[in-house]
Amino acid sequence: MSNEIPEQATMIAEAVRFGTVSASQVLEEHLARIDTREAEIHAFNLVLADEARERAAEIDSIVAEGRDPGPLAGVPVALKDNLCTRGIPTTCSSKILGDWKPPYDATVVKRLSEAGAVAVGKTNLDEFAMGSSTENSAFGPTRNPHDTTRVPGGSSGGSAAAVAAGFAAISLGSDTGGSIRQPAALCGTVGVKPTYGAVSRLGLIAFGSSLDQIGPFTHTVDDAALTLEAISGHDPADSTSIERPPLDLRSKLMMGAAGLRVGRVTDLPAGASPDVQQRLDEAFDALAAAGAEIVDVEVPAFGYGLTAYYLIAPAEASSNLARFDGVRFGARTSAPDTNQMYMATRTDGFGAEVKRRIMLGTYALSAGYQEAYYGRAQKVRRLIANDFAAAYANVDVILTPASPTVAFEVGDKASDPLAMYLCDTYTIPSNLSGDPGMSVPFGTGDHGLPVGVQVLAPALQDHTMFRAAAELERYVQSQQEGALA
Amino acid sequence: MAGGAVEGVDSLDRVSDRISTADVSKVATLARLTLTDDELATATTELGAMLDHFAEIDALDLDGVEPMNNPTNLVNVMRDDVVGETLDRDEVLAAAPMAEDDRFRVPPIIGLDD
Repeated sequence: MSNEIPEQATMIAEAVRFGTVSASQVLEEHLARIDTREAEIHAFNLVLADEARERAAEIDSIVAEGRDPGPLAGVPVALKDNLCTRGIPTTCSSKILGDWKPPYDATVVKRLSEAGAVAVGKTNLDEFAMGSSTENSAFGPTRNPHDTTRVPGGSSGGSAAAVAAGFAAISLGSDTGGSIRQPAALCGTVGVKPTYGAVSRLGLIAFGSSLDQIGPFTHTVDDAALTLEAISGHDPADSTSIERPPLDLRSKLMMGAAGLRVGRVTDLPAGASPDVQQRLDEAFDALAAAGAEIVDVEVPAFGYGLTAYYLIAPAEASSNLARFDGVRFGARTSAPDTNQMYMATRTDGFGAEVKRRIMLGTYALSAGYQEAYYGRAQKVRRLIANDFAAAYANVDVILTPASPTVAFEVGDKASDPLAMYLCDTYTIPSNLSGDPGMSVPFGTGDHGLPVGVQVLAPALQDHTMFRAAAELERYVQSQQEGALA
Repeated sequence: MAGGAVEGVDSLDRVSDRISTADVSKVATLARLTLTDDELATATTELGAMLDHFAEIDALDLDGVEPMNNPTNLVNVMRDDVVGETLDRDEVLAAAPMAEDDRFRVPPIIGLDD
């Protein structure tokens, strides 16, 4: 039976639509894998087995009645637990939300459901999406399915692990500084942060509002395109969503790399380990062999991204997280007056990393320091955006590492916040500029662990990014087929 | 290499002169957080190391550079003033720590602190 269930979302949806497998069969296969391996991986904060069974049965009856079940018919999807699900606990992996149940669904949750997907659970994350290892969760760390002594990356580590372990065919994460692309690289999945504003964030619990974007984890580039086509497009309920139709991506995947101008950043910040660098070099060679032109570009302000980000994102977080005060959502620690109640609730409810970033952000915004820190960081942000824009005058896409290293061991960086922050060196700049970026699995590095190559493109050129990513994926598949032959 | 963002991480065992325990204590109060003495000492060291690292942008000439707030340069987005769908009040209040008479309930606001 399990041999008949395809892994890829595109193939699952096709099989369910044609009735060759049922949504219920697909779901049971994935629930069985969760039963087998979830205890060692801890991808989920909550598995929605009953709800998913009910939904899969609905999809099957839609198929039986000859109606259209949607482009993601019967595809099991895992949702990062900072996405609101009506009546279902949404925790941000924090104690402060207690047993809070949102009174509405995030727009992406609604759109996936309308497309026929089946939500199987809410995935673990670094508390409030702050971290690069999914160790900063109030509910304990998630483990990398490729090696359970290692982290899956973060902050969307549960979503990355859920796809890598075959618990769900696709998952959604959020990416503020690399929180989709870095765990995708470490878990060997595709992971996409689309152009800022391409996907509605209504119902995504905000971390850094000028940086946050929702995007998918998938097995293949085509699956990511399918998912993004389903969730993107204007949402009047999110004032930052761009007034454009859904992204058109799948039609571009077979265009090849001929004539594509691919940028190599000559002044990229150092830090990528040799195994990762070797894969990146191979990716340039693969695209060149497919007819792309490799062009050297400079992005002088790239290296300042980390500093700008760690002033801007905590500043925005300190403001966004002010709403967690024990009045409206979830948990409260009782105290004799309201001010003491705020202090007690927040002190009990937030974990160490969240407190660290709230304090850093509060400091960067406080009287006397705002211009020196937040103000200057906003100007550096402009330099970074300008430098990328200048580079994109000469190239269509840019390739960099997604993560400086393969997955590291649980506990390795837990006591050194700055070392952890450096994990996002290569992903942060596109959050600052608002441009799209994605990680494509590209072979293995040290210890046989997955390596991701990052493809970057200018804003609203997500389709060009996907075109290059599809070519990289074809190269990897041809290598694997060559190795088997 | 621009910025040296990956190399040159500052050691965490050195106390920076960029931020004092009094500063951190004030920031914690502003952020409505209570720190123990140990937490205050750790936070001062950690935040100091970060600020030392961030000093790499101090030398940049940023005169005349327009600050960037968000990628799409949106200002205000307004919709027509028409009644739309709203959240269900009972559902919202049911998720709050305490509610009474269709409102959020909080402890006394004045009179106990002073």
